[in-house]
Amino acid sequence: MEQKTKIHAEDNRQELMITREFDLPLELLFRAYAEAKIVEQWMGTKVLKLENKKHGSYQFETTDPKGNKHVFHGVIHEFSPEKRIIRTFEMENTPFPTQLEFLEFEKLGDDTSKLTMHVIYRSVADRDQLLKLPFAQGINMAHNRLQDTANKLK
Amino acid sequence: MNLRRDVFQAIADPTRRAILLLVASQSMTAGAIASNFDTARPTVSKHLQILTECELLQQEQSGREIYYHINAKKMKEVAEFIEPFRNMWDQRFNKLESIMKKYKSR
Repeated sequence: MEQKTKIHAEDNRQELMITREFDLPLELLFRAYAEAKIVEQWMGTKVLKLENKKHGSYQFETTDPKGNKHVFHGVIHEFSPEKRIIRTFEMENTPFPTQLEFLEFEKLGDDTSKLTMHVIYRSVADRDQLLKLPFAQGINMAHNRLQDTANKLK
Repeated sequence: MNLRRDVFQAIADPTRRAILLLVASQSMTAGAIASNFDTARPTVSKHLQILTECELLQQEQSGREIYYHINAKKMKEVAEFIEPFRNMWDQRFNKLESIMKKYKSR
């Protein structure tokens, strides 16, 4: 399957850009961000709060396979339907500092649209650590699987 | 934490990236590598030491000379480190797309 998501992360910059083109009209792409019950489906999270307005805030809760709960929250600075969302993002109870996200929604055609996520981190080191998180988790998961398999052989 | 052994820290430096590019084409001695840079020889040695410590470069003794060559396995690992992050977003967005397509047909 073609991979349509692109990450642009330059060295020594405390920001990155995530771009993705969708086979969806702009209206549907934006709804996926605006409606709590839809956000829950694709993010695999529980939406505790989602106030789509300036000065509004949001709070999501995910449960990992081990049953641990992780809460994310942020404040919404701009909510312009089918155009832009500006918000902060913070993972609660982690050492990662708050990050700033600019989400730009663009119409490409009648049935195609594009999302550009510009994320700004507190420092270059924070960005790099966050980028490496899924990489590190992948290694951990591989280790755990290995461990599980090894344990079964005992 | 020993930052110097952090492979990502190692490749963040432009001189070290230039060294990796240089050595990628052929194994070279420290002297031959240094002759490609205006930087002082001890500085280049320091860079080589860091690259060797984090296993991007490997040393090979050939007679009296020590040759540096690329550790392809480690390089591949580093080149792909951003891939799991990209993949995580790609999967998330694929899901978004397939869910929203159902709304479209309604």
